[in-house]
Amino acid sequence: MSSDPTVPLEDSVVSVDGESAVLTRPPRSQWREVWDQFKSHKGALFGAVVFLLITAGVFVGPVIWRIDPQFLPQGRDFLTLRDTRPIYVALWDSGAKVNWAHPLGTDNLGRDMLARLMFGGRVSIAVGLTAMVLSLVLGTAVGVIAGYFKRLDGPLMRLTDLFLALPLLPLILVASLLFRDPLAAVFGTEGGIFILIVALIGITSWMQTARIVRGDVLALKEREFVLAAKSIGTRPGALITRHMLPNILSPIMVSATLGIASAIITESALSFLGFGFPPDFPTWGRLLNDGVDRLVSYPERSILPGILISLVVLSVNYLGDGLRDALDPRIRGR
Amino acid sequence: MLTYTIRRLVLSVPTLLFIALVIFMLLELAPGDPMAQVPLTVPSDVKEQMRIALGLDKPSYVRFWKWLLQIFWIEPKVFIDYLTSSTTLFGWLPDTALYERCVGLSNLDTCDYRALSWQTRSPVVDLVLQRLPQTLWVVGTAYVVGILIALPIGIYSAYRQYSWFDQAGTFVSMIGFSVPPFFSGVLVIVIFSVQLGWFPSIYDTTHTVNDWDSFVVQLKQMILPVMVLALQITAQISRFMRASMLDNLNQDYVRTARAKGLGETTVVMVHVLRNSMIPVVTVIALGVPLIFGGAIITEQVFKVNGIGQMLIGAIQANDLPTVQTLTFVFAFLIVMFNLIADVLYGVLDPRIRYE
Amino acid sequence: MKLKSLLMTSAAAAVSLAGMTGMAAAERGSDGEVKIIYWQAPSILNPFLSGGTKDVESSSMIIEPLARYNEKGELTPWLAQEIPTVENGGVSADLTSITWKITPGLKWSDGTAFTSADVKFTYEYCTNPDGGCAQITKFEGVTGVETPDDTTVVVTFAGPTPNPYGPFVGGESPILQAAQFANCVGAAAPTCTDQNFGPIGTGPFVVDEFKPNDVIVMSANPNYRDPAKPAFAKVTFKGGGDATAAGRAVMETGEFDYAWNLQLAPDVIAQMQEGGKGTPVAGFGPLVERIMLNNSNPDPARGDMRSVKDDPTGGSEHPFLSDPAVYKAMSMAIDRPLLVEIGYGQAGKVTCNLVPAPDAFNSTSMMCSEQDIEGAKKMLDDAGIVDSDGDGIREKDGVPLKVLYQTSTNAVRQDFQALIKGWWSEIGIDTELRNLNASVFFGGDPGSPDTFQKFYADVEMYANTFNGTDPQSYLGNGLCDKAPRPDTQWQGENISRFCMAEYDALHAKLRDTAGIDARAEIAKQLNDLIVQNGGMIPLVHRGRLSAHANSLGGVILNVWDSELWNVADWHRIKTN
Repeated sequence: MSSDPTVPLEDSVVSVDGESAVLTRPPRSQWREVWDQFKSHKGALFGAVVFLLITAGVFVGPVIWRIDPQFLPQGRDFLTLRDTRPIYVALWDSGAKVNWAHPLGTDNLGRDMLARLMFGGRVSIAVGLTAMVLSLVLGTAVGVIAGYFKRLDGPLMRLTDLFLALPLLPLILVASLLFRDPLAAVFGTEGGIFILIVALIGITSWMQTARIVRGDVLALKEREFVLAAKSIGTRPGALITRHMLPNILSPIMVSATLGIASAIITESALSFLGFGFPPDFPTWGRLLNDGVDRLVSYPERSILPGILISLVVLSVNYLGDGLRDALDPRIRGR
Repeated sequence: MLTYTIRRLVLSVPTLLFIALVIFMLLELAPGDPMAQVPLTVPSDVKEQMRIALGLDKPSYVRFWKWLLQIFWIEPKVFIDYLTSSTTLFGWLPDTALYERCVGLSNLDTCDYRALSWQTRSPVVDLVLQRLPQTLWVVGTAYVVGILIALPIGIYSAYRQYSWFDQAGTFVSMIGFSVPPFFSGVLVIVIFSVQLGWFPSIYDTTHTVNDWDSFVVQLKQMILPVMVLALQITAQISRFMRASMLDNLNQDYVRTARAKGLGETTVVMVHVLRNSMIPVVTVIALGVPLIFGGAIITEQVFKVNGIGQMLIGAIQANDLPTVQTLTFVFAFLIVMFNLIADVLYGVLDPRIRYE
Repeated sequence: MKLKSLLMTSAAAAVSLAGMTGMAAAERGSDGEVKIIYWQAPSILNPFLSGGTKDVESSSMIIEPLARYNEKGELTPWLAQEIPTVENGGVSADLTSITWKITPGLKWSDGTAFTSADVKFTYEYCTNPDGGCAQITKFEGVTGVETPDDTTVVVTFAGPTPNPYGPFVGGESPILQAAQFANCVGAAAPTCTDQNFGPIGTGPFVVDEFKPNDVIVMSANPNYRDPAKPAFAKVTFKGGGDATAAGRAVMETGEFDYAWNLQLAPDVIAQMQEGGKGTPVAGFGPLVERIMLNNSNPDPARGDMRSVKDDPTGGSEHPFLSDPAVYKAMSMAIDRPLLVEIGYGQAGKVTCNLVPAPDAFNSTSMMCSEQDIEGAKKMLDDAGIVDSDGDGIREKDGVPLKVLYQTSTNAVRQDFQALIKGWWSEIGIDTELRNLNASVFFGGDPGSPDTFQKFYADVEMYANTFNGTDPQSYLGNGLCDKAPRPDTQWQGENISRFCMAEYDALHAKLRDTAGIDARAEIAKQLNDLIVQNGGMIPLVHRGRLSAHANSLGGVILNVWDSELWNVADWHRIKTN
């Protein structure tokens, strides 16, 4: 039951990724129609392209740009290579310290910014997407069950109240006390922390989605078409997946878009407080945070990761818009 | 509906007690030490003495019971005494003296020992009341401003989907939501305080508003934090408003209403809007407790020192009575506002029934 | 506009004060308002109940001790007439008692007389076993405080005390008013909220309004002993935020006059200074940023005996950090001048010592300002610690040199971690970094694996210092029996679990030695012993960097006492 709500979502994401596969092998006609509608949505295509470009950049980029993001120049190089500006700064400031070997400059310890942005993007995108999916699955499942089954509404909503009231920081402290070492033993230091962070962000951010979904389901289940479906003997499982979920997709999509942004930011807050990845492990949120102190002298150190986070969120937002339109039969028919 | 509300109110008492217990156990389990901020020059046996003076040597169930007693028995007594002695509303009643003040060692065993913060050794509830005004001024204003901007933007964006207005709104709100306040806060300070010198970068909590000039000063020091916070709130609510409106604009009843010859304004602003409000009401209701919870990062950046800053400070200092009391207050507000949201669903959509 | 309103308020304040106290005191309060910002906000104005630096320093504007250290670390009489010594008869020849003479005619801010009874009360207040007094070490060894008359205080000690200037000296040991705190002794201490938030003092300012963890508003003390001081009529003492914001408010926007303890990278400070509204000032106490080496075995496989020294079943030695070649090579690989330049600038100096100050105690026997990667490699090679399996990491007896390096979360410390990791990898030591939340790391919670006392890592970095000018108890942090272990709930100050019979014996000798030269000699030997035998790797002698507005005069940065020690002398510099 809990994984049902995402099935249409996942399928369509796959169809976006495997563009050629979908085109060469005729898929089921319904998905073909969805894809046609999606293609005609300019914003969605734009979002998909930008998102794919960024993802490819951060995952494939390091293969081409082979500088270690954690490498520090040693000896005399250190002083000459630290604090270089991006090369575009030379356009208006000929005296700026730029270096073609580091197109986006270096940080105060001489680490290459481009390599750090690519490395950081991997972590941030992975954390953002996984935590978002986790929180959506949890939130949608709780919301649908609470809204549809009257008997479970009370307990589940009180559980939601409880989670809303829990203070995040002590929760993280307890979780890292209990689970950090066992997880690190199984998945390695970084893998363990990744799972811990994703799980923590996921289980502390599903409540809003759950309340919204429940509110919509409460209203939906009194609608005529639901009553009609019920009266012809549709079972709850099918009723929810076929009739309810498509109609509450919009708020879920909005939650998804906002969820990615807040997951990336929350991750940076956790690292900043000392609960996240090891300190030499860059993520976009952390780069943005570290750059704030030098905002006047080196604005690019905060602005570049900031732009990348915004771009990811914007592209996911347009993707979501396109998907929602493509999956809505009323719009598709137009 | 009324019986439902009453039943929910009654049910909220055990819910809140349970939440309080879970929070207490969570705080007990969390590693931390109220002496962490004491300098390393203070030896560990002195720190141990200080922990005992805070009552940390008592078993946890004793401390939980004491806290319950303090919040549900002693604090109401203090409140009633205050009502009958210092307010105009109840001041005409004879002064009650329910609360017995502690005076030295003589009555320490019998006096009403209020819940004290470990950092300041002063009653937590007084601290909360002291912090509330600046939080309500800043976060409350930002929330109201955010909603007032977000609703029209959301409605118009949906009505003119994919127009330039909608695209611009999407763009701005997505960027607004992706840029965290620790960055946008510092950015507006650098621009408006350092470069332009228009607004102060540090909020003056001792400032009192008593005439026009002081109101202008208050306005000036509020503008930057309100701007940063309202951007986030607007981004979030306008997205939900837009999405929900879009869903409803394509429904059959809208076509019917138009076919009936109703004006476009009536169709959109009455029929569609009312039916689109359920997710928006949920989001707004979830946000109100957060107003009282303050905005942790924004308050820190601008030194507003409201409730959010109090909570994060108390967590970092491991000031358990303060954290426990504050989170309990939030829990109370969350339970209440979710109840209000549930009642509002019924008002907005009469088909929703609760038995 | 801003200037005008400032002038108006100062003029108004001057007029009202002149009207109140007459012409003789026209100087007091003539400079209007001074605004101080501390990025850690004071929680309470009674330093005996808190111990936090922010609380000690903010309350030092209100309550004062008998004597203070000045900016050079010398004792200066404050409420006392002079500093008692053996020569002037103030300290008994057998070093078991000290007699303080209080300046006659002193008044509390409420107008009542300041007497020796208040001093004696302060002693009783702090030593009450139920009170949980944070400054009780100031009264260590004190057996009684006698008051022969209103201006004489005699403190007697249990045994000969070469350094009798603990009680009632320095910002941590101010005098409380007996009349105000009479009902607040022992278990009743926390119930006295009004007293703890508004102590009556002898200092230049009195509390008008205190919002804990936020702001203190103070005004000039009408009964202050110098009728011409303080120059400011009003103080706003704001707390909270972060060091960056505090520095910005003083040096860039000019909203505040004084910002405390700006722990920021030097390039950030320099950029702020370009704002042109303020100036940073630095002073050096004995604070040292160091890497502690774990002398016990932190292997998780050891279970309960992890990081415990002297396990009878054996195996409690660290597998490679106990080898002198390893820790000496690790120290040689570090470029200390670069660390200073990156992290602290004018607020840092290279040091090889645990006790870098006062000057008399600063050992000069070691050199460490040159990075020597090649020498470090050679030292490891000579010791037979070589990379035998070709993975770039050396092994000692089959154990690869992999260290876990932890510290608290702080931008400068994370930069240091990254730099040192790079240098250590050059010499074939692999480093894993970890940063921990300061409130967990420095907290003594025995349930947490992440405290600096438990030291579940190979090396860890933090800073430590001592109060006053005598390092005896600070050097005691290297004694064998002070090592944290499970049966003491992991409490103890010997974080590195350093243990050496010679060190313990020498420290015992220090306790019985009088005379500053002899004490300094022993202290230097102790310092050399612990550094050369693998207790720690000192990195940077850290100063305190604060900033004041260019228009604020009279600031003398003092790191041996409260930074606000001479706030009575602060004044506004007239620009025209």
